[in-house]
Amino acid sequence: MTDYIIALGDNNLILGQRLGEWCGHGPALETDMALTNISLDLFGMTRSYFQYAAEVEGKGRTEDDIAFLRNERQYKNVQLVEQPNGNFAETIARQFFFDAWHYLFLEQLAKSSDSQLSAIAVKSIKEVKYHLRFSSQWMLRLGDGTAESHEKMQDAVNDLWMFTGELVTSSDLEKAMATEGIGVDVNELKTAYYEKLESVLREATLEIPKKDWMQQGGKTGIHTEYLGHILSHMQYLQRAHPGAEW
Amino acid sequence: MKNWPLWEVFIRSKNGLSHKHVGSLHATDEEMAMENARDVYTRRMEGVSIWVVGSKHITASNPEESGELFEPAQDKVYRHPTFYDLPNELKHI
Repeated sequence: MTDYIIALGDNNLILGQRLGEWCGHGPALETDMALTNISLDLFGMTRSYFQYAAEVEGKGRTEDDIAFLRNERQYKNVQLVEQPNGNFAETIARQFFFDAWHYLFLEQLAKSSDSQLSAIAVKSIKEVKYHLRFSSQWMLRLGDGTAESHEKMQDAVNDLWMFTGELVTSSDLEKAMATEGIGVDVNELKTAYYEKLESVLREATLEIPKKDWMQQGGKTGIHTEYLGHILSHMQYLQRAHPGAEW
Repeated sequence: MKNWPLWEVFIRSKNGLSHKHVGSLHATDEEMAMENARDVYTRRMEGVSIWVVGSKHITASNPEESGELFEPAQDKVYRHPTFYDLPNELKHI
């Protein structure tokens, strides 16, 4: 149960950290703030999950310990969220692929027999509804924009497509938690998920890539080369100055 | 991005109050202007309603014309309803 809750938080934590990298670098002040707002929403959700995980575990770990004092293999986020920001189109494609899943996922998590997880889902879903609106709008604008924006958007979609499969492939842990009525069997989101992706891609005049090879591994702690670098940035302070506060 | 049009943002902070101009922002279209307004101007619970309007749709008075526009009102105090004795029974006026 603890592992499951931590894994839920990990997706938000790592994507939030990635989006935070845009702070001060956004293409315009307005988009800079939008991305960092989303980042803060995700950190808020991460805290809810980690605080709850710490409580369920009952071994004296705090939310900060969970966030900062684990090693790469102990993070169970999907590989999609650790992918680099790249250009703005890549950030938007990554965000859209995640938001579309996140929304469907939270709708189901809201029905969890665990009242705390259900409450977190109900609270988060309003935020995620806005995230999805933001990223979908940008998919349309860039996809159906100029020839250059269309090309960049298509490249981003093609590059990140292989990371979408993992979101809707249940791990053993997810299956077990779903059987208990606590978690969500994400396999069951697959049809709705790809319908959503494909309808937005179509409207954005983008080509839909083939669903052949899909990357897997994040849920069992196997990550792409990027996660280690994210963690080294994120954990530096806690590792160098354990327990530092300000 | 430098070519994005400018928009003016109006926020109503509470039900029953009127929208107030809070600032401006850049966006390519109405929808983006609305999202940007939400992200830039309502992060700290500033509002319950947003209006955005393209700055180009606002006709502003010309500061050079303030003489003929505003000065004539300055010496017409009788236009303020302050010369009437109101009965004490009248409230809310």
